[in-house]
Amino acid sequence: MTAPLHEPTAETAPSAAEEAALASADAKAVQGRSLGRIAWERLKRDKLALAGGVVVLLLVVVALFAPLITGILGQDPDEYHENLIDPLFGTPTGSLGGISGDHLLGVEPVNGRDILARILYGARISLLVGFLSAMVAVILGTVLGILAGFFGGWLDSAISRVMDGLLAFPQLLFIIALVSVMPNEMLGLSGSSVRVFVMILVIGFFGWPYIGRVVRGQTLSLREREYVEAARSLGAGRVYILFKELLPNLVAPIVVYSTMMIPTNILTEAALSFLGVGVKPPTASWGQMLSSAIDYYESDPMYMVVPGVAIFITVLAFNLFGDGVRDALDPKASR
Amino acid sequence: MSEKSEDAAVTNPAQSEGAVLSKDAAPGETLLKVTGLQKHFPIRKGLLQRQVGAVRAVDGIDFEVRSGETLGVVGESGCGKSTMGRLITRLLEPTAGTVEFEGKDITHLGVGGMRPLRRDVQMIFQDPYSSLNPRHTIGTIISAPFRLQGVEPEGGVKREVQRLLSVVGLNPEHYNRYPHEFSGGQRQRIGIARALALKPKLVVADEPVSALDVSIQAQVVNLMDDLQQELGLTYVIIAHDLSVVRHVSDRIAVMYLGKIVELADRESLYKAPMHPYTKALMSAVPIPDPRRRSAKSERILLKGDVPSPISPPSGCRFHTRCWKATQICTTVEPQLVELKPGQRVACHHPENFEDQAPQDTVLLTAAKEAAELVADEVLAESATTSAAVAAEVAEVAASPTGPAAEETPDAAASDEPETDRDSK
Repeated sequence: MTAPLHEPTAETAPSAAEEAALASADAKAVQGRSLGRIAWERLKRDKLALAGGVVVLLLVVVALFAPLITGILGQDPDEYHENLIDPLFGTPTGSLGGISGDHLLGVEPVNGRDILARILYGARISLLVGFLSAMVAVILGTVLGILAGFFGGWLDSAISRVMDGLLAFPQLLFIIALVSVMPNEMLGLSGSSVRVFVMILVIGFFGWPYIGRVVRGQTLSLREREYVEAARSLGAGRVYILFKELLPNLVAPIVVYSTMMIPTNILTEAALSFLGVGVKPPTASWGQMLSSAIDYYESDPMYMVVPGVAIFITVLAFNLFGDGVRDALDPKASR
Repeated sequence: MSEKSEDAAVTNPAQSEGAVLSKDAAPGETLLKVTGLQKHFPIRKGLLQRQVGAVRAVDGIDFEVRSGETLGVVGESGCGKSTMGRLITRLLEPTAGTVEFEGKDITHLGVGGMRPLRRDVQMIFQDPYSSLNPRHTIGTIISAPFRLQGVEPEGGVKREVQRLLSVVGLNPEHYNRYPHEFSGGQRQRIGIARALALKPKLVVADEPVSALDVSIQAQVVNLMDDLQQELGLTYVIIAHDLSVVRHVSDRIAVMYLGKIVELADRESLYKAPMHPYTKALMSAVPIPDPRRRSAKSERILLKGDVPSPISPPSGCRFHTRCWKATQICTTVEPQLVELKPGQRVACHHPENFEDQAPQDTVLLTAAKEAAELVADEVLAESATTSAAVAAEVAEVAASPTGPAAEETPDAAASDEPETDRDSK
């Protein structure tokens, strides 16, 4: 059953046999299935999540190649088509907000800009803000959450109180106030870029406590596991335990919460643009389109429906995908 | 790197001794010596986190572990066994006392100072499901000791890991598998392989088999036994299963509420336990033979729960539940003294030995109540070594209600929830 631990030097025969056994073990080493791979296989079976994932991927591609696509379609988001506007009412001529072969989703009232082109360009802003602010939140939340959970004591108390404070803070009001006092140019950026930059930072900053709390809780529970003690009993230092033992186990909840956070952030961006503190016109943004569509909701309802549906599909796709990721990574979590 | 030089400075004085003791340490020589070891966990309350008390998990214990032997540590849940194990492997910082390994004081060494010693002192953990990181492959887990200690084994890390796997009876091909693909017993073997990777001298096993199936327990225990013989390991095995301890141990320490109450060779302890608590523990071992069931009536039921380690009883900690307790037990703490060669006991009125406080002849009221749960044969035996119990037994026998009183113990025994039968 048990082979000798110290290689017998005098007897050559058994060690040779052992060598052979080990060599054969090398040859047909069994590849185990990691938890990540199992989760991936689970995710692949979840049709709804896959559909969400495909839509998300599509949105990302569309946003990345927005100039290319609009170029192929021969449209420009800022080009006026006043010839398509009814001069009397200011609404697009033709049915359903001026949908035609040239303008697949119709044109805007009054100035006649192509809605599809603006939606595609708006996707860039939405996804950019959604992803980057989630990244800011994940980085801040993970670092501070781990620090609080791992070191405990006064550091934990301080970070936890800051999180409580931020969660209670009226985020929307703060951003509105901030934007109204913000300069038009800063850090070499100007116009909409400044607004986008500020939105990413602010949304991310107010989002990190959500991730921070989860990471802190997980760290608290993980650091008491026996494998952490085992690592310490082998002489591991704090850095090793943090990065090699704890972090791999924190990846799953972090991924889950960031996929859940992106749609929320997209909605926040839309809300801010709707309120007029998001990106500045003429840069296209979904929230802003919704906001200007309010004036035409009776005469040109399609103008409101299109950006609304865009937001709806995006958020739904992210949520379905996020739920799927959560179920795949943590099958025990209740739906 | 600065840590390294510091370590070297610390190791130097002990080096000459270490050379003698190292791999060919004569069996029987003291490998680990513990004196007055204490661990108090502070209880903090309020806004300012003021310390309002302490859980005295380990409260002053002395023992030594000799090279090549197996020391079993038994006791109820919460008596401080596991804390003791984590103190001697220095996963916890002792509050007081000293821990000496191969003559070197390791009581207050930091993470860096302990690092070289980690090769010699290793630990096997209780729960095979939480002692292996689910995100690492078996190969990563067993090779962690080499990476952390910067050791390059002969023939490469991978080869060595595969050899270790075959040593503990696992398939070396499973190098790339993950812990969740193994059963509890297999996982525990992986834990053992990890502990043995650096060829340690002392292995502390904290309830190594209590989380396993009974049929698997035997496998793992026998594996540990075989490895000890092959590698000349020294074990400290913490357990609450007395049959496991009896099977593996050379010497056994019995702990109660953070203290060692008896420390003896296996034979002496099982044949003639001296501390009443040990005796109660022994009597709780189930007898897997229906024909010998009758012997079970001698089982000693202990009254009530283990007192809180936050404010342990004065004097002898066992006096609140002991059927032999007298006045002296509440005031004077009995010291752990060697009454017989190879058997150390901390008791004023030990069993199977001459009374240490014969002048004290009045049984405590609590002791009388406790005695009601003790079989008459046991009481009679106890009477030979305790004047107080003898007086009490004589009185009961003399009184006309004798037979009625004789009924009560059995009735009480069957009514009483058998909370403290064993430490489960």
